Amino acid sequence: MKHIVTLDTRDMAKSAVSGGCGECQTSCQSACKTSCGVANQPCENKDAE
Amino acid sequence: MIHQYTLNGYNIILDVNSGSIHVTDDLAFEAVRLTDEGWPQDRIIKELSERFSGRGVTAQDVRDSLDDIEELRAAGKLFSTETFEDKAFDLKKRSTVIKALCLLVAHTCNLNCSYCFAAQGNFKGQHGLMSFETGKRALDFLVENSGLRRNLEVDFFGGEPLMNFEVCKELVAYARSIEKEKKKNFRFTLTTNGIGITDEVIEWANRECHNVVLSLDGRKEVNDRFRKDYTGRGSYDRIVPKFQRFVEKRGGKGYYMRGTFTRFNTDFTRDIFHMADDLGFSELSMEPVVADPDSPSALRPEDLPVIFDQYEILAKDMIRREEEGKPITFYHFMIDLEHGPCIYKRISGCGSGTEYLAVTASGDLYPCHQFVNDPEYKMGDIWSGVTNLQLRDSFKLCNVYSRPECADCWARLYCAGGCAANAYHATGDIHGTYRTGCEIFKKRIECALMIKAAQAMKKKPAQG
Repeated sequence: MKHIVTLDTRDMAKSAVSGGCGECQTSCQSACKTSCGVANQPCENKDAE
Repeated sequence: MIHQYTLNGYNIILDVNSGSIHVTDDLAFEAVRLTDEGWPQDRIIKELSERFSGRGVTAQDVRDSLDDIEELRAAGKLFSTETFEDKAFDLKKRSTVIKALCLLVAHTCNLNCSYCFAAQGNFKGQHGLMSFETGKRALDFLVENSGLRRNLEVDFFGGEPLMNFEVCKELVAYARSIEKEKKKNFRFTLTTNGIGITDEVIEWANRECHNVVLSLDGRKEVNDRFRKDYTGRGSYDRIVPKFQRFVEKRGGKGYYMRGTFTRFNTDFTRDIFHMADDLGFSELSMEPVVADPDSPSALRPEDLPVIFDQYEILAKDMIRREEEGKPITFYHFMIDLEHGPCIYKRISGCGSGTEYLAVTASGDLYPCHQFVNDPEYKMGDIWSGVTNLQLRDSFKLCNVYSRPECADCWARLYCAGGCAANAYHATGDIHGTYRTGCEIFKKRIECALMIKAAQAMKKKPAQG
């Protein structure tokens, strides 16, 4: 790659296979209480792709 | 679908469906744009080699950038297709367990903040404190309805939960007494206005609470505009020393200083910087006010440019602070690209009314704290369980595929369709769209990704 740098990100397609355990925090529970954002929620399943 | 933008000198491309993020030089940025518009490669090569000729760009350089693009396309990281909606995620029929409760342990408060969810402190007529027996039943209800989920979250909320501190303590002790046998892990959060903080509260919360949310709006004049007691006296001078002591004793455990900004302080980065630089806090959250559109404090669409500028100022300043070794955390810029949520989480919405419920002091169930005491949204109670199944089904369908506006939105897998309460307040329908909130959300994600890009480019600068 000469012109593009790709950041390391979770593969959404793979996460459809390994994800869905539901152990993660509910979106609103931590700090905001006023908006729904899931991007800042860490995955609780450390083995999932 | 892709989203391209330039911020703080970084050309950023988000591939929406794969979640991939790319940082490009100017040439590749244009090559991606033209490819997305459907231009054939020979036209792109001609167009860009002419347009960039003054910068020494050759036709071969353009071909190289197109090769990069095709390599990423082949890897499923650019121009990837939407495959999740077809995966038979039947979101209405899905079985849901309850994994989080917001316990309104005190329908009363020692402050009288005019923007409060609890409707200027009057709680729509319902006052009172949750009894231990009611709280205990709520915890049992949570365990009984949590299936195999191990991590259970309970938030002590209100009103002001420390006005019922003894019950909070008893409920945590009860939860600890059953969690091993029930194979559960309770995570408690305390959200407090600070007035009732004592050394005992600090010691208890730092031992028992996974997170504490400390309400402070920033500068004294900003905080005291809304956060007043019943005599009209501002709370800043009383709460700031308590919060500082609380955080000092927290020993690295999670906390957030949580502020609200309104139309009166759209320069809210000054409040964030005040909390960081003058007061010494590093974990910060600043939320747009939830207010009736007719309220003078409500944010309006015409405020958006100023708000966007503020987020950019904050993002750039956070990069500077990190480089200087004194980073701060801003809740809405936190984004975990490698170990963030799976696609199920991203498409299934916030969980209100399904995985997450609010419990009133008298034991009634509501979809979340923002619907409490609206009779149309009562879902049941902790003794009989969720009895309004139609309402629950309606919330199950509050997700990224239920709102037509989300179909064309690049940020949909970051917000999961948005906040049902915000949608309800803005449009009268939980399946509506709070457009001002969407614009604010998108700007925050752009800033968060730019910070990640800046961090990545320090490690591996782009060539060409």
